[in-house]
Amino acid sequence: MTPSHPASNRRRVLRAIAGAGLAAPMLATRALSQTAPTELTMLAWHGHAEKDVVAEFEARHNVRIRPKYYVGGDNMLALISQSPPGTYDLIQADAEYVQQLVAAGQVEQLQPRDYPFDDFFPEFHRFPGHWVGDKLYSVMVRFGFLGVAYNTLAVSEAQARSYKVYADPRFAGRVGHFDWHLPSIGQVSLLEGNKLPFDLAPERWKHVQQRLLAMRRNVGGFFDYGGTFASLRNGQMVLMAGIGDWITGVLEKNGAPVRTMLPEEGGLQWTESFSIGKGSRRQDLARAFIQYITSPGGQVRSAMMQAYPALIPNRKGWDLLVAQHPQEARRQRMEPGKPNVMDDIRGKRVTLRALPTRQSLEDWSDFWSRYKNA
Amino acid sequence: MHLLTSAGSPPLAPPHELPASARPARGRVAARPFTLAHSVPPLAWQLAFFLGPLLFLVVLSFWSVRNFRIEPAFEPANWLRMLAQAHVWETYARTFGYASLATVVATVLAFPAAFAIAFRLGANARRVCLFLLVIPFFTSYLVRVYAWQVFLSDQGVINAILGMLGVPPQRLLNTPLATLVGYLTLSLPLVVLIQAMSLTLVDRRLVEAASNLGCGPVRTVFAVIVPAARVGIVVGALFCFIFSFGDFVAPLYLGGGAAPTLPILIVDTTKAGQQWPRAAVLALLMIATLMIVAWAMTAYAYRRRA
Repeated sequence: MTPSHPASNRRRVLRAIAGAGLAAPMLATRALSQTAPTELTMLAWHGHAEKDVVAEFEARHNVRIRPKYYVGGDNMLALISQSPPGTYDLIQADAEYVQQLVAAGQVEQLQPRDYPFDDFFPEFHRFPGHWVGDKLYSVMVRFGFLGVAYNTLAVSEAQARSYKVYADPRFAGRVGHFDWHLPSIGQVSLLEGNKLPFDLAPERWKHVQQRLLAMRRNVGGFFDYGGTFASLRNGQMVLMAGIGDWITGVLEKNGAPVRTMLPEEGGLQWTESFSIGKGSRRQDLARAFIQYITSPGGQVRSAMMQAYPALIPNRKGWDLLVAQHPQEARRQRMEPGKPNVMDDIRGKRVTLRALPTRQSLEDWSDFWSRYKNA
Repeated sequence: MHLLTSAGSPPLAPPHELPASARPARGRVAARPFTLAHSVPPLAWQLAFFLGPLLFLVVLSFWSVRNFRIEPAFEPANWLRMLAQAHVWETYARTFGYASLATVVATVLAFPAAFAIAFRLGANARRVCLFLLVIPFFTSYLVRVYAWQVFLSDQGVINAILGMLGVPPQRLLNTPLATLVGYLTLSLPLVVLIQAMSLTLVDRRLVEAASNLGCGPVRTVFAVIVPAARVGIVVGALFCFIFSFGDFVAPLYLGGGAAPTLPILIVDTTKAGQQWPRAAVLALLMIATLMIVAWAMTAYAYRRRA
């Protein structure tokens, strides 16, 4: 074996360093491409893309969900109509607005076999608004009820059993409204005895307006999301129309003496579902997300969402919730085999919140402005 | 001449200005590009950030909304609909009334403080006071308004104090009074600042002359000092009116939205069916009102004495 010449050794070392230097950018790019997460865009109410809900999905699929949060269905429709197709991979909407999305061609058709409908309660298999004929456009993720939200120290359970409590002079100036016309008008429509609270003949619509105007003197304020929380928490408002456990549940879990009662006139039901945005370039991933969030594990995360809790439509999700969070399952009445929220739906104690059918949305919002000024 | 005082104001033309015919022609030619260069930034600023958006707002007010999509059009429907609604005018009257009340209250409350700063304090103490008046602006207005909720709520600080004095709890939050408190939180420090600066610049010889001529202290204030500081007082009031008229935060978070003002109505209009064109009508109504009020008050402030 002949010893190598020091100069040739040096040349070899230099060649190796140069080679490594030249290869480094390529290696780095490759490494980056393996680790850089794919971006999935989501248009949703606040909370749906927070870590407590999506962290597991993001880690599993190496995805980063980029949310655009909205407040209210009108806001959501406006954001979509002003964005080019494909801007949002996932669109979360309330059932009444899904119909508008479908009519405007803003969402992709979905394949029912891709989603765990067999695990859902039968009431949610063919949910109105999510289907057009046999075509599926949206999959329900969560739902909740709207009723009489009240301060348990100031209002008794018996008093909260009817929407009439909103007009009780003992609570003058202490009744608040969540500042959105649909739920508040819907509740008063139920109080007026309308089985279909959003399908009002002209005469009935007139009576609903009169009934609501008669309550106006009791109203202490109209509040946005943050204001509703604050006024219930500090006790300024002891009754709040137009909301449900999605707000009082958060407060209750943090120790505030507030609760929502489903009154004898019945409650309203809201729903949230996911669709795939028209022209999405990551439809497989979007589908995987909907599968994740409708799976038992995803459903539990959704029910426990820190921003606002909700009920879930997946029976296996209920089982898992009871196993993992029995206290919350009890609080939200999602315990199989015991009296639970499905009894309220089956007993027709709740009606779906919807858009007005015989008046325009404009008529309702104009009346709401007049009401606020009354 | 001082912009904040009116006593003894010379004509508006700058002093020592020569008639155009008396200026050398060469200097005029040389000065023109220089003058032009100086006037371009404010002109460009006004075009980009005031006239441009204003024109767009005017155009937008004639557009239409179909299926939540804003579409270019030239229809007077938004104007006809909004101006025909009684609740719009009720809201307008309420907003104007609230802003006017805030303006009067702020001006009256600010004057004693500004007077003390200008006439009673030494130079160092005055500087400290002016600095203290700037401090509220270090904190977000929204945060200050939320802080007021702690004071004004039924179980708040004020009611706790009243309770100790044997006074039953008063409803303070979600009332017009709370809205007024919010307006003053926003504008009072600025009104005091402007008034104080204006009063500081009042010619002391006028006060001495009034005293020498046998004018009592109260009469000196109203007959000499207030007229001399008229510009500052009116400009301070104008700022208060502008801030209050356009404020969204106080009527919502302290007034509870129970007595809606125009800014709240604008937000409601945009939320209801994405009606930005109708909201533009309301915004233009507000801008027109503010321009008329600003013009009238400025004209009064700089009015020459007969």
